[in-house]
Amino acid sequence: MAFIYIVSIKSADPFWRKPLEAGIQKTFGIETRFVTDWRIDLPKTYDSARGQYNSSGILLQLIEAPPADAVKILGVAQADLFIPILTFVFGEAQLDGIGSVVSLHRLNNKYYGLPENQMLQTERLVKEAIHELGHTFGLVHCTYPACVLNKSTYVEDIDQKSQEFCKECRQDLEIMLKGLRFGKTIR
Amino acid sequence: MRPSDIGILVVDDEASVRDALGKWFKFDGYRVDMAADANAALRKLQDNPWDIVFLDIKMPGMDGLELQRRIKQIDKNIITIMITAFASVDTSIQALKEGAFDYIVKPVDPDDMSHLIRNALEQRRLLSENIQLRRQIEEISFPDEIVGESPALKKVMEKVVTVAQTDSTVMVRGESGTGKELVARAIHSNSNRRYFPIITINCGAYTEGLLESELFGHEKGAYTGALYRRRGKLEMADKGTVFLDEIGNIGVKMQMDLLRVIETRQFTRLGGDKLIDVDFRIICATNKDLEAAVRDGSLREDLYYRLNVFSIVIPPLRERKSDIALLSRSFVNKYAQSMNKNVADLTPETLEMLMRYDWPGNVRELRNVIERAMVGARGNMIEVKDLSFPFTPVNGEDPGDQDSLEDMEKIHIKRILERTGGNIAQAAGILKISRLTLYNKIEKYQLKK
Repeated sequence: MAFIYIVSIKSADPFWRKPLEAGIQKTFGIETRFVTDWRIDLPKTYDSARGQYNSSGILLQLIEAPPADAVKILGVAQADLFIPILTFVFGEAQLDGIGSVVSLHRLNNKYYGLPENQMLQTERLVKEAIHELGHTFGLVHCTYPACVLNKSTYVEDIDQKSQEFCKECRQDLEIMLKGLRFGKTIR
Repeated sequence: MRPSDIGILVVDDEASVRDALGKWFKFDGYRVDMAADANAALRKLQDNPWDIVFLDIKMPGMDGLELQRRIKQIDKNIITIMITAFASVDTSIQALKEGAFDYIVKPVDPDDMSHLIRNALEQRRLLSENIQLRRQIEEISFPDEIVGESPALKKVMEKVVTVAQTDSTVMVRGESGTGKELVARAIHSNSNRRYFPIITINCGAYTEGLLESELFGHEKGAYTGALYRRRGKLEMADKGTVFLDEIGNIGVKMQMDLLRVIETRQFTRLGGDKLIDVDFRIICATNKDLEAAVRDGSLREDLYYRLNVFSIVIPPLRERKSDIALLSRSFVNKYAQSMNKNVADLTPETLEMLMRYDWPGNVRELRNVIERAMVGARGNMIEVKDLSFPFTPVNGEDPGDQDSLEDMEKIHIKRILERTGGNIAQAAGILKISRLTLYNKIEKYQLKK
């Protein structure tokens, strides 16, 4: 049995846990394992000049020693993430790799001066998690606006798209999943 | 164009920036590579074609500005975007003056980056389209030559319309100067491939090796002087039409290669091993007797059948003399505009003279005669004296005045000998008879002085 590990960074019992696990299981057909005790050294990834956390640094720690039954690992952080060339990122993943990370920071309406809306934030999280996990299956951005793999540079873009893959991306994903099932990773 | 067709090269000495930017583009499906300094970048520029290059302005050794100058020497159409840590206005303005598309100050908003790439690709697309269109315009020679109302020409145009909507290979046949390329272009521009290029390859203009390189392209180092990878014309014609002019002039090896491409729609560049898929329609043209070439073994029979799926024969001008007046007037209008001359028409005598001539050089010859006449014309009509007719029938020897076939033959041979200055080999070539036969006929008609 193999799992998609969901690593909650600095949050023991988050409100988004169940919808996220359900969304991932439904989309990928793979069981999830929720963990909160993963050793992540967040201060190590902090950039004081920017007041943000380097997502690549977090990703590296997530994939450092993956459990034997982990087919994919998804980190969920509260922190505001960046990569050196960009002002921020909603998430980051290894293309055709094992690890990915998403940030809740800019998915929260409060960040934009609006009243908090946990349901909307969770919806956005599920979409971004599926999006980043899609990359770990080797899928690249899709130009179809409703596809979950459509690139989002603003939070509004996330709200516009669905949490489903379009027909073509779904076909590509199924090929990758089939490869996994027949491979040695999932037994 | 698919993202995987677009190559982005990131040049930055800072690994974290380089990797982050490279990864960002990989997620969009682009072909991405990275270089840590200018020398590594130049090597990669020689190895592969790139559409967009991101350049850090400040790098140890050769800086971004100097690297940009080198890149523009290699290919001035590569889009360059400068990366800078500070809003250094002077350097950025200098970079823009020297041809940079834009510059970014780290860190960039993801949305701005997306817009930047979108605009850069649009710029690249427009540049390629512009080059392509220029090439097409240069290649479109006198489209107004397909003029006429004769039944013979109408039949040709009907065939063009019929075949244009199919994807069949077309063989356009006709004497030199009849407008075979124009017919090929008419087929292409009425077909579903009209929004893609039509690429012309004059098979007779290249040696076998050069034709191979021209058609299939080559990898860097495929032969001495192949400093860069070059796309072949077949690759450029993807989704469009390939017009193979003078198809009867290709060598045996090329025939084999061409046959393989037609059958598989795949080929490899010279010196390469990667199979490239292409989707194109073939239109070819010839003024040769291909059936005779098949019989004497100089043209492969299988290639002949592959190419001769649908045949269009363009009649020579002498067989559609009723079009001469219309054609002549259309050339007069065309040159009156381009030469800014107030010439409106041809006199009836001039037209009559044009009608009496047989036009061995066909429409091309007529066009040249009118062009020359337009240069010399002083009034608003082209008169007989404006024509610098090189082959005016000699007084008393007008073929129209003769009755027998022998008389006609004698006059014709005499005229050709005069044209070639008495060169027997050349005259025999034009008359399509052997030198021995020509000698016999000269003897027979006592044409020898």
